[in-house]
Order: sequence, then C-alpha cells, then structure tokens
Amino acid sequence: MTDLLAVETPTGPADAVAGVRITPVDAVGLEQRAASLCTRSIKTSSKAAALDLAIRMMDLTTLEGADTPERVQALCARARHPDAADWSVPPVAAVCVYPELVPVAVEALADSSVAVASVAGGFPAGLAPLDARLAEIAWAVAAGADEVDIVLNRSAFLSGRYQKAYDEIAAAKQACGSAHLKVILETGELGSYDQIRRASMLAMVAGADFIKTSTGKIGTSATPPTALCMAEAIRDMAEQTGRAVGLKLAGGIRTAKQAWHYLVIVGETLGSGWLTPERFRLGASSLLNDVLMQRAKLGDGRYQRREDFSVD
Amino acid sequence: MSSRLSVNKTYKQFVGGAFERSESGRSYPVVGAGEQLLAHAVQGSRKDVRDAVAAARSAQSGWAGRTAYNRGQILYRVAEVMESRRDEFCAEVLRATEGCSEEAAATETATAIDRWVWYAGWADKFPTVLGGANPVAGPYFNLSVPEPTGVVGIVAPDEPPLLPLVSRLAPVIVSGNTAVVLASERCPLAAVTLAETLALSDVPAGVVNIITGHRDELVPPLAGHVSVDSLDLTGCNSEQGGAAARQAAATITRVVSASAAERQWADEAAQSPYLIDAFCETKTVWHPKGR
Repeated sequence: MTDLLAVETPTGPADAVAGVRITPVDAVGLEQRAASLCTRSIKTSSKAAALDLAIRMMDLTTLEGADTPERVQALCARARHPDAADWSVPPVAAVCVYPELVPVAVEALADSSVAVASVAGGFPAGLAPLDARLAEIAWAVAAGADEVDIVLNRSAFLSGRYQKAYDEIAAAKQACGSAHLKVILETGELGSYDQIRRASMLAMVAGADFIKTSTGKIGTSATPPTALCMAEAIRDMAEQTGRAVGLKLAGGIRTAKQAWHYLVIVGETLGSGWLTPERFRLGASSLLNDVLMQRAKLGDGRYQRREDFSVD
Repeated sequence: MSSRLSVNKTYKQFVGGAFERSESGRSYPVVGAGEQLLAHAVQGSRKDVRDAVAAARSAQSGWAGRTAYNRGQILYRVAEVMESRRDEFCAEVLRATEGCSEEAAATETATAIDRWVWYAGWADKFPTVLGGANPVAGPYFNLSVPEPTGVVGIVAPDEPPLLPLVSRLAPVIVSGNTAVVLASERCPLAAVTLAETLALSDVPAGVVNIITGHRDELVPPLAGHVSVDSLDLTGCNSEQGGAAARQAAATITRVVSASAAERQWADEAAQSPYLIDAFCETKTVWHPKGR
C-alpha cells in the first residue's frame, strides 16, 4: 500500500503517494483562478442562503491558554443559538476546544446537533512524543469528542521523511476509532503550493476524513489560493479513488464576505456535494459576529453596530 | 514662452485618513458660478458611508482619549494649515458661488479659519463651563462632566461652500467625537480641500471623514446606521430631514439642526459652546466626601 512512500529523500519528492498521483500545481494559474472566484457578487436571497450555510458549516473555536470551563459553556450556548435575539439562526456545526475542556463541551451540547471537536496530538506543533500524541487523541475521543483535529508532522514532512509523517497520521486515525479525523497541514509553513498539494494527498491517503489549512497560531493561515489548491487535491483524490474527503479552512477568516468567497471556491471546484457541514467547515472565532451583522443588515436594511454583537 | 498643460486636482473623498474614489467608481460634474464646469467630484455610495462610519467608530476612543489640551493644539493646527492655503480656499469659494465678490470670498475664508481658532480655545475649557459640581443634600461630591456622544453624522449645508461646514464640524470634534460629513452636494470642492488641510494637521485618521455625492442617496444610510450616535441635519431640506429624523428615532440617535440665528454663518451667533454641548452627553458622578 505504501510502496512509493518508502523513498525517503529530502531532495527528490515522490510524485505519487501509495499509488495516488500528485499533479504539479500551476501557481500563477491557481492564484488567478482563486482571485477571479473571489470577485463573484452574491446578493439578496443568495446572500441570505450563503450566510445561513456559512453558520451551519462553522466550527466555533476557542483555543487559548486562558480558556475556562465557563468560557467554553458560553461558547456552547452560542453554538446552539448563535443569535440570542433571533432563534431562526441555525446552530453551528461544531465547537472546537482543547482536550481538557471536551467533557465541559460534551455536557453543554448534550441533545443538540452541534458536534464536539478537539484539537489533539500535540497541537499546535505536533512534535510531542508519538505515544503521548496518540494517548491524547484516545483520551479526547474517550471523553466524548466527535471530531479530532491533529497536526501534520511538518518536521518529518519538510525533511522528506514522508513515511514517518504518513505512519503517524495512520496511527492517529486508528486512535480516533469512530471519531472523525481532521489533519491540519499548517499551509503557511509548507512553502509552496506543490508542497500543499503533496501534504494534502499524503494526509488523505493516510486516512484523514478532513484536511484543514491551519492552526490559526501562526501569521499566515487560510487564503483563497490555498483553499483552491486543497480543494483541487480533494477533487483529484475523489476522481482517482472515489473517496470523498472534507475540507476545513481555518485562521484569518473574519468577514462574511471572505466566508462566501470560500463557499464559491468550494462549490465551483468540488460541486454542491461539498457544500454541506459533513464535507466543508469554516474554523473561526470572530467570523460569526460579522455573519450575524450581515444577516441583521439583510433583515432591516440598516447598517449595524459591532458593539451590539457579542464581544467574543 | 512655452504654454504649460494644466495640472488639475482630482477631488476625492476622505475616509479613514486616505483620499479615495467611491467604491461604486462613480463621479458627478460640479458646476460653479456662471454654469462653468469646475471638476468632477466623487459620487459616493451607501457603502462609502458604511466604510466611513466604521473608520469614525474605530478612531473615536483614541480621539476622545487625547488630552483636551492636545485636541486644542490640533484644532489650532488646522487653522494654521488653512491660513497657509488661504488663497486656494478663496479661489475655491469664489469659483463655486454665484455672484460672490473677491472680498466676500476672502471674508468667508478668514472667518472659517478664525472659527477653528475659536473652538481650539474651547477644547480645555468647555467641560468647566458645561459641567461642574452640583450641590446635593448628603456627604457626597456630585460632579457633572460632559463626554463626547461618539460618532456624529453631519449633513453640511449646501451653501456657502466653506464656512457652514467648518461651523458645524469644529464643535463636533473638539469634545472628542468623530464625524462622518456629507459635503455640500452643489459645492463639494472646498470640503475636499478642507480634508487635505485636516490630513496635514495631525488630526488622526478617521476623526473626520468626508463623503461627496447626492444627498438623496447618502442621507438614508447615514441616518439609519445603528453605529451613528448623533446627527446634525442642518444641510437637509425639510422633507429629507423629516425622513432622516424618523429613521434616527428607531435607534435613539440624537438629532440636531442649526437654528435660524446659527445659520447667520458670519455672525458671532454661529459659534457657541452650547453647540459643543449639543454633541455631548452629561455624566454625573457621586463620590463620598467623608465627614
């Protein structure tokens, strides 16, 4: 299964992962296409639908050292009813927290449709000892996490030790059991679109249910070309193996406009089959407020005041 | 003698400290005295108003946080910079106004500059005049202090081009408010030149934002904006002003308009510390005095 990965070379990267072809990326074309998709104008009823869709696909995230159980409970209450004043707003897809706070989130979200996601596996660097990482994943799942976000071992990946990176993801998938596995590539550290495409393929072949752009802990995070590059990798994967892998974009998505640009990119690249929370997620902490503001603007025609929405 | 090509100024909007064209990409012809085409000004859109309010909002706490003395210095600096460009203002007023004499244009410019100086002087004095210690029955100090309202939308009068705008703007920003100004629709060019002097006068970006364009299009989004705390509708006709006030009422936005006496722009009556008060809220503090 992993024959081509056995070649460990820092200079000559393999052009296939376990028999799945990795197409080279045309960087200029990619950026141009991403930019053109981001000029699409979305108005009135389409805009309303896009805003609700963005909310339903959102992973409401808090990953701070200062997270308290109360803070997570407040976040969970927002996840169920994003706008306290308007219960027609749909709940978000999931709440994403650190493992220790998973039990709090599980309790707060019992009997709701909102899933609990946990980062695990030595987030955000992913360089804890492998045993410790796997134990953390297993702990989070046992505590009730429905989804686990781990990070790709960039140290192994960037030095050409693809087999090691692959094996670690495969082991993490096993540790996850029935929980969904999302693999964070941290695209801002990978250096080129070719590397992003290669990391995407590697993570998908190793068993990721979702591939995710960033941890949100470094300066560069999700960008339209990165999203397009990863969406194209997912499309290649589906064409070659028939397996549908999800995409999660995270980091730096703050405005409703950015959110629907990403919806356009995914819709145009992967088709409407991917425009569901099962296959597409937006990880964000401050995006929700802007989406709610735009929603309120559509409702009564007035430009809104930021202070009227939650400070989180 | 070589004949030189004329280098014409592009009159742009002033939003968040930058001179920008409209998001909509539109412009409209500005006609001056004798139906002569003066320039094409930016025809702003509701989204420009939205951006300007956002810029004013983010600049507000920083501007209000400056010391009163520093705000006074900055307003005085506006007068200094205007003084150095006096000829340009005079020429702009002259070209824009039908039947205006050179002398009248010079007077309007000089009065506008003096008005900045006058309000600059009030910066660290109006809290004492408008606020103060209240006598109360109990062992407490009871103090009332005027505080800026927040973001103020100003619809500037159509004519004359310069003095009314300065007369309405200076009392708003002196206390720490930030402003979104809809410039005169007929004569917006002096407002843009004023923006250029503001940009050179240490006025922080976003404290004054100037949008040019059609009133019918720009007043409703400004009046309806939830983030605007107070409105000066002096430049609106009664129909526009009525509709704007009704919109403002829904979000409890204070509405102000100049009285007939205040509209005698060149008179002393057009400047008053009570105009500063119109854009302030009074905060009253109780403090135990002890025995």
